[in-house]
Amino acid sequence: MSPVPGHGLAKGLAVTLRTMTRRSVTHQYPDAAPQLPPRSRGVIGLFEENCTVCMLCARECPDWCIYIDSHKETVPPAAPGGRERSRNVLDRFAIDFSLCMYCGICIEVCPFDALFWSPEFEYAETDIRELTHERDKLREWMWTVPTPPALDPGAEEPKEIAAARKTAEKLAAAQETAAQEGTAQETEPREGDA
Amino acid sequence: MSGTLDVVLRLVAVLVAFLVLPLVVGQTEHKVMAHMQGRLGPMYAGGFHGWAQLVADGVKFAQKEDVVPAGADRRVFQLAPAVSLLPYLLVLIAIPVGPNGLVGQAIDAGLFFVLAVMGVGVLGSIMAGWASANKFSLLGGLRTAAQLMAYELPMLLAAGSVAMAAGTISLPGIVQAFHWWWIPWQLIGGLVFFTAGLAELQRPPFDMPVADSEIIFGAYTEYTGLRFALFLLAEYAGIVVLCALTTVLFLGGWHGPLSGSFGWLWTLVKTALLAFVVIWLRVTYPRLREDQLQKLAWTVLIPLGLAQIALTGIVKVVIS
Repeated sequence: MSPVPGHGLAKGLAVTLRTMTRRSVTHQYPDAAPQLPPRSRGVIGLFEENCTVCMLCARECPDWCIYIDSHKETVPPAAPGGRERSRNVLDRFAIDFSLCMYCGICIEVCPFDALFWSPEFEYAETDIRELTHERDKLREWMWTVPTPPALDPGAEEPKEIAAARKTAEKLAAAQETAAQEGTAQETEPREGDA
Repeated sequence: MSGTLDVVLRLVAVLVAFLVLPLVVGQTEHKVMAHMQGRLGPMYAGGFHGWAQLVADGVKFAQKEDVVPAGADRRVFQLAPAVSLLPYLLVLIAIPVGPNGLVGQAIDAGLFFVLAVMGVGVLGSIMAGWASANKFSLLGGLRTAAQLMAYELPMLLAAGSVAMAAGTISLPGIVQAFHWWWIPWQLIGGLVFFTAGLAELQRPPFDMPVADSEIIFGAYTEYTGLRFALFLLAEYAGIVVLCALTTVLFLGGWHGPLSGSFGWLWTLVKTALLAFVVIWLRVTYPRLREDQLQKLAWTVLIPLGLAQIALTGIVKVVIS
């Protein structure tokens, strides 16, 4: 293994000396902001305009740390003579971050894209009760939600975009054929008029 | 009158060096150790790269309660830190920094004085270990005693070799007699002296007496506040003294290129380099086991020291 006695000892000294000349790996966190990876799980933001009070998030939460109160309102019929509709109105939406384990199930399960991850993580409190973020605070976190990271160059096209593109292409094709038929039809009546 | 003033000035200078140099070594250790481990070390105290960290530590230690355990031997317990610290101050007086009497007090039997007094420092740890009335402290104290027994001998042998080479035991005399070819000649002796000195200071990798994973902090387990700080200070003062002594005995003290009026600078530079090596060794090597510690002293260092003495004697006879 070691041809010269003391070879290993010298090697150890070399390792520490080399490490000393390299840049240290310490991040000076409070002085320098950390470089967080994309999709960092800091805090959960609520886009309450999208919330329909379906309660899926509260029911799926393993920690039961989401509190939702709501009431129903009746909406007058859209067209005269129609039926009155009822609508859920959100009264309270709160997440207790002292219980939350940042599993993200609520965000995964939300069918209406009302919950989002935000990378903000500096919301420590001296009183544990302050960690229950109410609706307005959760709405404020929404402003810190970053745009989703771009897809990989070779990634499959997102389904909704693919669907939207297909619809748009179909519509365009239909309009084109309609336009061609229309010009064909338009020329005939013009002749008739004349 | 001027004689008294001269003595006072010298003593004040030695005291200032004694208070400043260990702190410089300690701060260097903080920083060097951190960077060798890929860290930054203290960054806040004092503003610029944590230069005042040890001052802050000192303030913290001074504020802490000074506890003496109920079962402890009060007097001895309280005296131990002073016993372990003061010998290094005394040794520092006798170490020559530059030529032409740039020394606290030139002592004819300087080498004897220095080695004898350095041995006293270790007694502080033994006193602390015995007086603490704590089994971990006692274990640490006994390990210290065993280490002192084992490592004092190679240290004396190596120092004796230099004294033989120079034909004097006065420290300034030894440096005066130094020639560059002494370095290869006394190389083995120098290594033995430095290693044994490290062991006597209980510096890693020879820190079995304070092995924190086994016996908490050895003899210092029961100490708090300022007395604990004095023990730590003694360790760093010991590093300064050991490095300065190695410089004086084996590296030629103030000798060096362009040493005309900057001889003292050469002594300081060599001492600082050795102190860096002490820190470097601490970072690099794991702690030796107690039996390995004893084995290294009795089967490696002492034979090497004896061989060095034989070599010195032969060369001395040949050249005279």
